[in-house]
Amino acid sequence: MFEFIATYAPQLIVAGIKYTVPLALISFVFAVIIAALVAVLRSYVPHATGIKSIGWRILKFILWFYVWLFRSTPMLVQLFVVFYGLPKLGISWLSPSGWAAAVWVLSLNTAAYASEAIRAAITSIPDTQREAGAALGMTDAQIFIRIILPQAARISIPTLANSFISLVKDTSLASVVTIVEMFYLSQQLAATNFEPLQMYLLVAAIYAIFVSILSIPQHYIQRWADRFVKVQG
Amino acid sequence: MLKLEHIDKQYAEHHALKDINVTFNPHETTVIVGPSGSGKSTLLRSLNLLEHPDSGLYTIDDRTIDLSQPVTTDTLLWVRRKTGMVFQQPRMFDHLTILGNIIEAPVHVLKQKKADATKKAHELLQAVDLDNTADRYPYQLSGGQTQRVAIARALAMEPDYLLLDEPTSALDPELEAQVLRVLNGLAKEDQSMIIVTHNMEFAREAADRMLFLEDGEIVFDGTPAEFFSEPTDRIKHFLNAFKFEN
Ligand SMILES: Nc1ncnc2c1ncn2[C@@H]1O[C@H](COP(=O)(O)OP(=O)(O)OP(=O)(O)O)[C@@H](O)[C@H]1O
Ligand SMILES: [Mg+2]
Repeated sequence: MFEFIATYAPQLIVAGIKYTVPLALISFVFAVIIAALVAVLRSYVPHATGIKSIGWRILKFILWFYVWLFRSTPMLVQLFVVFYGLPKLGISWLSPSGWAAAVWVLSLNTAAYASEAIRAAITSIPDTQREAGAALGMTDAQIFIRIILPQAARISIPTLANSFISLVKDTSLASVVTIVEMFYLSQQLAATNFEPLQMYLLVAAIYAIFVSILSIPQHYIQRWADRFVKVQG
Repeated sequence: MLKLEHIDKQYAEHHALKDINVTFNPHETTVIVGPSGSGKSTLLRSLNLLEHPDSGLYTIDDRTIDLSQPVTTDTLLWVRRKTGMVFQQPRMFDHLTILGNIIEAPVHVLKQKKADATKKAHELLQAVDLDNTADRYPYQLSGGQTQRVAIARALAMEPDYLLLDEPTSALDPELEAQVLRVLNGLAKEDQSMIIVTHNMEFAREAADRMLFLEDGEIVFDGTPAEFFSEPTDRIKHFLNAFKFEN
């Protein structure tokens, strides 16, 4: 048992550090940026003027369609479409490598879910906050950026943390676009040592350790964000 | 001077303001009273355009706004700078400290230097007896304290008129007294104020002028002396509702 771990764990951990962790971190950064933009554009309602132009509506529709598309199709299928399908249309600049395809799909997919969480958080800030800002002469944009978003950000943290955990685990799908990340490596090893049970339990344990370590910052971020609310209990 | 002429506001099911004509003079404290649903909040909120009346003319100083037309953002922001608002609930910005709450608009709306705004904020906090709370967050203050901060926050914008919608009705009597003392002080300093309140004692003490609203109409406009000593039958009935002995 110990020997098994000593033989295989180091390779798996190296694969994790080389692929799983950077894939998850890079995709998460993109995902949060995309999610925030999508959420802001989808929930921003200027009260003073009320943008009702056709361009605005088309943009809102496109964003809705993006979120709908990525949430209602399997990520595995999305990876295949982007990596194997789109180049057939001549759109190979989008996914010049397995890495690019994986980052695209992982971030767009995560962002689709996260944008809904951020949007819900924005909506949950009571309208009285907007009115209080308006009464002080603040513009709609100022109210949104300076009053609503900081409070919504705090509320979004737990859901974003969940998205991140899912993302770390979803990196295992990158094996289908030729990235030899932890899970793919464990499959290859299991095929040679004929110990699938031990092999997959070991890789599961290593995923769990990675997720746990990567989740540590959440605690500190949450504590910082909670500085302005009464701590329960 | 704030002047409303022929102001009308119709909600789906309710005619909230009916042909309101009234002028608020500078340096006066006007107290608005009236039964629940009579349109007091609607009137006050119309004064800083949180509510947009359907029609009528609104004159501030020498600028007249035709309310039957949409107002531009510039006009809206200009009106809001002339009129500060304090709500029934303090509506603090929870993510900002007390100091942060007060300097937010002076720094970002009036573009004051942060140091200047901070200095002014400390003076205002001193005036409402809360300077020691500057670095705390709103959740760490009591309701009466946050309401005094809300008054300081509105005053930091140096509005010509301070509008207050039942600023004490969410407070215990003791906390209410703290807030009313602050307002009474402002009245003595000739800050122009328009206050909706159910506190008759405060009205008697601080008001220069009283308005009685009923069913979307101003049915009394006069001095507190007239209001309390020579009340009409309707006002007598209204005032009796505040007494609990039979
Ligand atoms: N946004 C709204 N939509 C529909 N009706 C409204 C709205 N706001 C107020 N009303 C109605 O307009 C009338 C006047 O409301 P307003 O809030 O001005 O009364 P008020 O005198 O401030 O009462 P209170 O003393 O209870 O605060 C009420 O009948 C109310 O139901
Ligand atoms: Mg009211």
